[in-house]
Parts: sequence; C-alpha cells; structure tokens
Amino acid sequence: MGAIPEATTVDPGRGSAPSPAPPRIGVLALQGSFALHAAVLRRLGIEAVEVRRAAALEGLDGLIIPGGESSTMLKFLLEEDLFDPLVAFHRTGGALYGTCAGAILLARTVENPGQESLGVLDIEIQRNGYGRQLESHVGACPCPALGEPDLPLVMIRGPVISGTGPRVRVLAEWRGQPAFVREGTVLATTFHPELTDDTRIHAYFVGIAAARWRRQERNV
Amino acid sequence: MSTEFRLKTGLADMLKGGAIMDVTDAGQARIAEDAGAVSVMALERVPADIRRDGGVARMSSPEKIREIIESVSIPVMAKVRIGHFVEAQILQEMGVDFVDESEVLTPADEANHIDKHAFEVPFVCGCRNLGEALRRIGEGAALIRTKGEAGSGNIVEAVRHLRQIGNELRRLTILTDDELMSASKELRAPYEIVRMVARDGRLPVPNFAAGGVATPADAALCMQLGAESVFVGSGIFKSTDPEQRAKAIVKAVTHYRDPAMLVEVSMGLGEPMRGLDIATMPEEELLQTRGN
Repeated sequence: MGAIPEATTVDPGRGSAPSPAPPRIGVLALQGSFALHAAVLRRLGIEAVEVRRAAALEGLDGLIIPGGESSTMLKFLLEEDLFDPLVAFHRTGGALYGTCAGAILLARTVENPGQESLGVLDIEIQRNGYGRQLESHVGACPCPALGEPDLPLVMIRGPVISGTGPRVRVLAEWRGQPAFVREGTVLATTFHPELTDDTRIHAYFVGIAAARWRRQERNV
Repeated sequence: MSTEFRLKTGLADMLKGGAIMDVTDAGQARIAEDAGAVSVMALERVPADIRRDGGVARMSSPEKIREIIESVSIPVMAKVRIGHFVEAQILQEMGVDFVDESEVLTPADEANHIDKHAFEVPFVCGCRNLGEALRRIGEGAALIRTKGEAGSGNIVEAVRHLRQIGNELRRLTILTDDELMSASKELRAPYEIVRMVARDGRLPVPNFAAGGVATPADAALCMQLGAESVFVGSGIFKSTDPEQRAKAIVKAVTHYRDPAMLVEVSMGLGEPMRGLDIATMPEEELLQTRGN
C-alpha cells in the first residue's frame, strides 16, 4: 500500500462555500439528540451535516444515527424514502454509528416489540431492555480498544443487545451484555456518549470514516 | 450537574425534535404512536374539554394510565395538579416516564409547587417568562415548556412566551457579574441558576413549546422561535382527522425550516380544531395564570 495522499485543498472559487475538511460526517436529524452529537463532533474539529433528506447523504463518509425514539425515526425512514438510501450508503462503504435508538435502527433483529430495521449490523436487540425511565442509570465500562479510563456510560431507557453475529466485535460490555459493538464500518452503543464529555467513541468513528475518505481520494 | 439530574434531562434530550401528544385512553395513545409521536401525555380530558366542562380537573385515573402505558412502547408522561405531590408519588410508583406539573389541571396548592428534587421521575413544568422557568428549574424541573393557552387552538400565547423567554435570556447575557444579583431579584429566580444562564446564554434544561398548537404551521413556528420540541394537546383529537393531523405535525416539527415540506404536510388534513380569541376572553378563564 502506498503512502496516503495528503488532503488537497481545492480553491472553491468566488461565491461558493469552502468544502468542509474531511472526513465529511452527517448526523441524522429527524429527531432526538442530533444537536448533541454535532456538538461533540465540533469539539473534534468537524462541522457535521444535518441529514433530513436522502439527498444530504451525498458526499458523506460517515453518518451518526442519534438517540431518540426509534419508532419515530423509523416512520421517517419508511415514509420519506430514507430507508433504502441508508442501506445503499452502508453498501457503498459509508461508516455508520448508532447510539441507543440508532443502534436499534441498525440492527438485524429488533424485539420488545419487534419493528423493521436497516439490518446492517448483525445484532439482535431488545428495545427498552432495562425497563422504563426509572431504570435509566449511569456507570462506567472498560473498553480496551479505547484505553484508559473506563468509558462513562449514560443509559436512558436503553436497549439491550441480546445476540451478536460472528463478524461482530464486542468493544465494551455492561452488566454482562455487549454495549459497544463494531462490524466493519458500523458502530453501535446502547448508551449515550453524546451526554458526556468523553469524545473517544466519536473520535474512533471519525477514524473509520476518514479511512473511507482516504480510499475514495486514492480512487479518484 | 448531578448524575440524577443528568438522567432526567437526558430523557428530555432524547425527546427533542419531536411531538408529544395529549391522549386520554389507549386508543388515542396508539394513534399518536403510529403517527410518530415521541411520547404521549396521559390526562383525563384534553384541555378544550376541561375548558368547556369546568369542574375540578385532576390526574388521570391509574387504570387509564396503566392502560396507556401497556399500549405503547414510547415514553408515557402524565399530568398532576400544581403542588399535588401525592399525585406525583402515585405516577412515579406506576412507572410513568415524565410528570407534567400542569396549570391545565386545577391547582392543588396556590402558593407552592412540588419539590421535584425529591423524585426520581423527571418533571416538566410550564412557564410564561424566564423567571418562572428558572424558579421551576430551581425546584428540580428537568424540562421547561411554554404555557401558551391550553385548549384555545390559538398559538398567540405560546409565541408570546417563547419570545419573552428568548428576549430575557439574551438580556441576561449582556449583564456584568455585579448586575446578576439584582437581575436575580427582579426575575425572582435563584441566583446560582441566573449566573449559569447568563454565562451559557441558554437554559440548563431543554425548552419545549406547548399551548395552542393546532396546525403543522403552528408547530413549525414554535420550532423556528427556538422551541426544541412541541406538545400538542387538543389540537389533534379535536380536529376532524386526528390520524392525518398527528402525522403532519410530527413531520412539521422535523422539517420546520423546509417550506416545501410544510406545504406538503399541510394538505388534506380536514378542519383544525375551532380556536378561541384570547384577547376577548375574561382573565379568570385563562389557564396560564395558574402557578407562579
């Protein structure tokens, strides 16, 4: 493999906005904690694109699906022609990271109750796996891939990952269940790093998206 | 911010960019969930009916609340009377996800609101101005909403309250530190919270709109004025086509800055609820003046 080319700066010309620095990351902004994810990315020097329509996926290297209500977001995916474009985004190498409701939307199988999902991450997931709001809790879990200290964990009516396929790597566990998983370019957490000051998971995701960006640059 | 409080505001964060709908039974709750509501609010009568029927409006019955909780997978909120901390204890015990200490119900205490720090369940409270918002936050509210004028089908009061809060927030940010104690006195709000808000230029909890939302355009107006989500009360189930109107309002909240989408979602909805002209209403009929 040859040296990775430096980002080339193209003069956008008078009147057009300068293109954002790579990688280009979007946040699905249908509902939920999308602004909090954008704020974390801003701390990492990335100005996220808010995605409400499929056309906004164009040119993105990664997309975060935030926490919120998965049933609400799913309705938008199905009724506003976002479902297939998101699957296509994944198939063409776009990185995806889902938190809580986002993890539910990425999963292969959703239960309690069952609902449709994108099926791009080989996990089985139980909605509201810990129960209602009174069972929401905080904690900290070790994550060898991201080093010390333990990851702070905020679980809001969180789901529980009850099964993982052979290609899924479990990067952190909570109460004996996978809480942070990766399969290829897809990440998911059942908890909410966007509610903490810890930016390591987002930085890790940006790294995955950046690898995709560099691949594309070489192919141009 | 304490861990407990972060969990409370965390749920409010997850409800951002959504519509929360008033429902009185399981059937309405399912309509709301199917339309894409992020949460439902259980109450015994929608505000327009409370206004019409008069009498004392109380917390919904435990049977109804249980039925609603069992019928949907989204979070369930329920209203209690201002100051009625025992109604709140009952809701917490039942596993309700958010309690609305609401001026829409008949107040149980004319001087005091509930000490919301004493509860594990998060609370939302209404306000008409910044001082009222900060007093409620001081008492432990994890989410603030405008009062608007519930059951009126008229957005004018919610707009007034959103503008008022925004205006007072901006004013606070230009004060010097030695002016903040005086500002705290004028706002009748806790000094420490006033300082925090002056420094950050925003409330320490999410700020939603409520009271008078009847159309998708009303919902988008609230969002463009800075609300982070919208509560819809009588506007859904007092219209001629609740299913379609509920869906349209959900979409209008997400696409609130997209006029083409607002055109699309505003079509084919039938008649909205009939509205009231608040300027001609006698003062004693206003719900927003309850609480302080």
